[in-house]
Amino acid sequence: MGSTNSTLSKIPNVEELMEETGFTPAHIVRLYDRFEALDKEKTGHLRPQDFGAINRLAMNPIGDRIIGAFFSPGQETVDFHSFVRILAHFRPADKKHPKDPSMPEPVNSRTSKLKFAFQLYDQDKDGKISRAELLQVLRSMLEMQVTEEQLESIADRTIQEADLDNDDAISFEEFRKVPLGRARRLTYQHGPLQHSAPRILSQPHRK
Amino acid sequence: MVLLAISRPSLASEATGNGTEHTITTLPIVIWKWEEIHFPYLVALWVLVSWLCKLVFQLNPCLTRVIPESGLLICIGWVLGGIIYGADKVQTFRLQPFTFFFYLLPQIVLDAGYSMPNKLFFGNLGAILVYAVIGTCWNAATLGLALWGCWLGGAMGNIDTGLLQLLLFGSLIAAVDPVAVIAVFEEVHVNEVLYILVFGESLLNDGVTVVLFNVFDAFVSLGGAQIDAVEIIKGIISFFVVAVGGSLVGVVFALLISLLTRCTKNIQIIEPGFIFVLGYLSYLTAEMLSLSAILSCTFCGVCCQKYINANMDERSVSTVRSTMKVFANGSETIIFVFLGISAIDPSIWVWNTAFILLTLLFIFVFRFIGVFLLTWILNQYRLVPLDFIDQLVMGYGGLRGAVAYGLVLLLDENKYKEKKLMISTTLIVVYFTVMLQGITMKPLVTWLKVKRAAVSERTLAEKIQNRTFDHMLVAIEDISGQIGDNYMRDKWNNFEEKWLYWLLMTPIARKSCDPIFNIFHKLNIKDATSYVKEGERRGSLAFVRNENKADVDFNKKFGADFSEMIRDSVPSVCLDMHEQDLKMRESEDFDAHHLLQQHLYKGRKQHRHRYSRKQLEVNKDEHEVQEIFQRTMRSRLESFKSAKMGVAPPKKISKHLKKDQPQKVREACTFSSFPLVFITIFLEFSEGDSASGYEAAGGSFPMRAYRGAGIVNPAFMAEMDTMDPMPPMQQIPSWLAETEVDSSNMVPSQRAQLRLPWTPSNLRRLAPLCLSTHSNDSFLLADSPATQEGISDLPDKTNPLKQLT
Repeated sequence: MGSTNSTLSKIPNVEELMEETGFTPAHIVRLYDRFEALDKEKTGHLRPQDFGAINRLAMNPIGDRIIGAFFSPGQETVDFHSFVRILAHFRPADKKHPKDPSMPEPVNSRTSKLKFAFQLYDQDKDGKISRAELLQVLRSMLEMQVTEEQLESIADRTIQEADLDNDDAISFEEFRKVPLGRARRLTYQHGPLQHSAPRILSQPHRK
Repeated sequence: MVLLAISRPSLASEATGNGTEHTITTLPIVIWKWEEIHFPYLVALWVLVSWLCKLVFQLNPCLTRVIPESGLLICIGWVLGGIIYGADKVQTFRLQPFTFFFYLLPQIVLDAGYSMPNKLFFGNLGAILVYAVIGTCWNAATLGLALWGCWLGGAMGNIDTGLLQLLLFGSLIAAVDPVAVIAVFEEVHVNEVLYILVFGESLLNDGVTVVLFNVFDAFVSLGGAQIDAVEIIKGIISFFVVAVGGSLVGVVFALLISLLTRCTKNIQIIEPGFIFVLGYLSYLTAEMLSLSAILSCTFCGVCCQKYINANMDERSVSTVRSTMKVFANGSETIIFVFLGISAIDPSIWVWNTAFILLTLLFIFVFRFIGVFLLTWILNQYRLVPLDFIDQLVMGYGGLRGAVAYGLVLLLDENKYKEKKLMISTTLIVVYFTVMLQGITMKPLVTWLKVKRAAVSERTLAEKIQNRTFDHMLVAIEDISGQIGDNYMRDKWNNFEEKWLYWLLMTPIARKSCDPIFNIFHKLNIKDATSYVKEGERRGSLAFVRNENKADVDFNKKFGADFSEMIRDSVPSVCLDMHEQDLKMRESEDFDAHHLLQQHLYKGRKQHRHRYSRKQLEVNKDEHEVQEIFQRTMRSRLESFKSAKMGVAPPKKISKHLKKDQPQKVREACTFSSFPLVFITIFLEFSEGDSASGYEAAGGSFPMRAYRGAGIVNPAFMAEMDTMDPMPPMQQIPSWLAETEVDSSNMVPSQRAQLRLPWTPSNLRRLAPLCLSTHSNDSFLLADSPATQEGISDLPDKTNPLKQLT
């Protein structure tokens, strides 16, 4: 595919990127097209406003948090590499590869996805989800008619359930232990480019 | 003319006057004129009676929850048919095919096309076509062949039929019926993808049904011997011609309608009428050319909706919408009532147990097999695979209805000796699917979904986690453009913007194509309406004057109602409002689970269908979307404002504005990123004010920029400051940097809400066109506790404003 190669050559360090994230060239090209479509001013970087232009994100209760997760603290733009790196967390998992404990954790493993989700809650990056942070997330995900007291109750009970070491906050380890029942899909698909990639559907594990 | 053909002397016997024929001997004061008017009278009477039936069972709402409306209407039809039969000893009224196909069906199809959620439809068009074309062919072929096999095997006894006739029968009964499907699926809330697949399939399979019906009918006439490869190839070609031709006719008429609405600005009174007439003509034209009329009407509605909604005045649009619903709903009611009545007629009944039972069985089984097979194939290529439950519902939702009945009545008795048997079987099939499957559909779905949901989520943390993941995945999909963005769609959008908008839409309509503008507009109208309603309840709108007092008063008196509107984050007010909640907090069995279940925002996947035959408004999930959108926009606005306020002095703005104004203006029009949204909104109205182009706004433009309730300023500042050495976003946007643990600082917008919940000025914050300068100030005032710097800007800003007034 001539167009794929020509697009690939436009991206610097593309081999390294593919190696690190595990995306195929076709995926990278697709993501690059998407990046360019979002980057309306052709600066090569994405700003929060560019993400804000995605209308559907505005209809997502945690949309803004996810946008925020793309930007490292102190940075106000995202370049293509960081963009791809973050999306790589959600690449379909390679079920074929045997789990090799000596190798570093692959980018799209379950743990990295959980870490990403953890980041959404933990805005001050202290490694723990405090009661206030949980309250914030809850508030954004619940309808407006829920009262503050009800919210606080829910937050309290949630921390009670999940907090194992009684420090009134949820650490990453405790976060991991929460079983995901209904969230069967931890990844997304690439549609027609996806022929070679194995199907996702990581089955729920129930305790 | 149809009812006339059937109406019997027994009815005419009521007419005593044949007065026009006899010579009169004296001046008659009053004449009984039944003979002359009985036809329109009967028509009107039947329409009235059918609609009254609907009224009858609406009186008992529990009934409609169990049995779908269509089923109830059929039952009432039976009752009425029984009465008439009892009176006349013969069934005087039946559903005639001509009436059905030309007077009752077109408006249903037009309504379906007009209200179709286009994005969803075209996004899933591939899947829909697969189900409609291949699925229907599969159903027809398997049913025909299976029945033929059974007939050969002697299971049906001695009936005079053959392979071709059975194939014909299979083809007419194979098609899923749009009328029946919608009637049932409306009661059952399924997710939007499933809905559109079944709905789309039921509409588009007409192309196949018509072709198959005509082809097999012709084959039967030709006789089995003359069918060779040429004929079969002709049959296949005719499919493409009929289907594609029908769609093209529809598209042509859609173009005509759009062009017409461009010019009807001065005759807005009858503007809505054109839609109906042209829609009907598209149906008739396709029928005249022996193309697929349903496809034509559907595509006419689908293609023109966007342009006519933009071109026509709002009142015309709502007229069209309401009238369509009246016609469609009315037709549907009449159809089902007559389906019931037509059954009470012994002359049409021929009972052959084997035939009927086998048909039912095969329809059911082959539908499921077909659906599973096709879905398995489709899932290899789909972005979001259809899961098992959805397939089950789709298979179960293959209802047959009046279209099949109408087609079977069209058969020629001489060619089809077993026509009566086919009619009987069709009626049985229709009743079975509509009533039985209709009644059991909802419990089935509920049971399946409940079964799914009950599997997990024993703890609160799990529940929250799951929901967060759902939202997260949807967001990542949106960001990476998996759903909604692809090459073809971009191409189409570009083509549309370049050519079609110019051709088909009025200049004013072209400007307001921004989707965000529409949402804001709707939100504003909703806000304003609830504000007025609240005012009426309070007796007068005077409460707006005493903002602080009204605030507290509301909470105390109407606390329960207002809890929906205000989120109270300040504990002191909270205590007053929710005394009952205090008790709840103390009691042990506070059902947090239930609360989460009720109030967590649903992700996009979960039921949100936008088409409803019964209601004019979309269902309540739209409210959720709007609420989320509103909150997101507010919080973005707040964070943006707090980042921007007081950073750059106002003087700087005017200078930059004048310099870069043309470029910024153009930019603003094409992008819809959130701060620029307000500029876009704003510009549309300024366009209305000054007929000349943007450039002409010139020096007044920056002044008008201030009018936009202060929102425009920060946005412009953003643009300006990108050229600045100090980039504006250097400080981390507050949605990232919420380091304060103290919850009272959390979201300033909520506190703003608390202070001035429902004042016109607060509402106008979102409104693009401000009618007074006052709004600007109060907007800033509202946020003054959060951002002190904002106030200092006030004196500067009001000055240019005063220049305008």
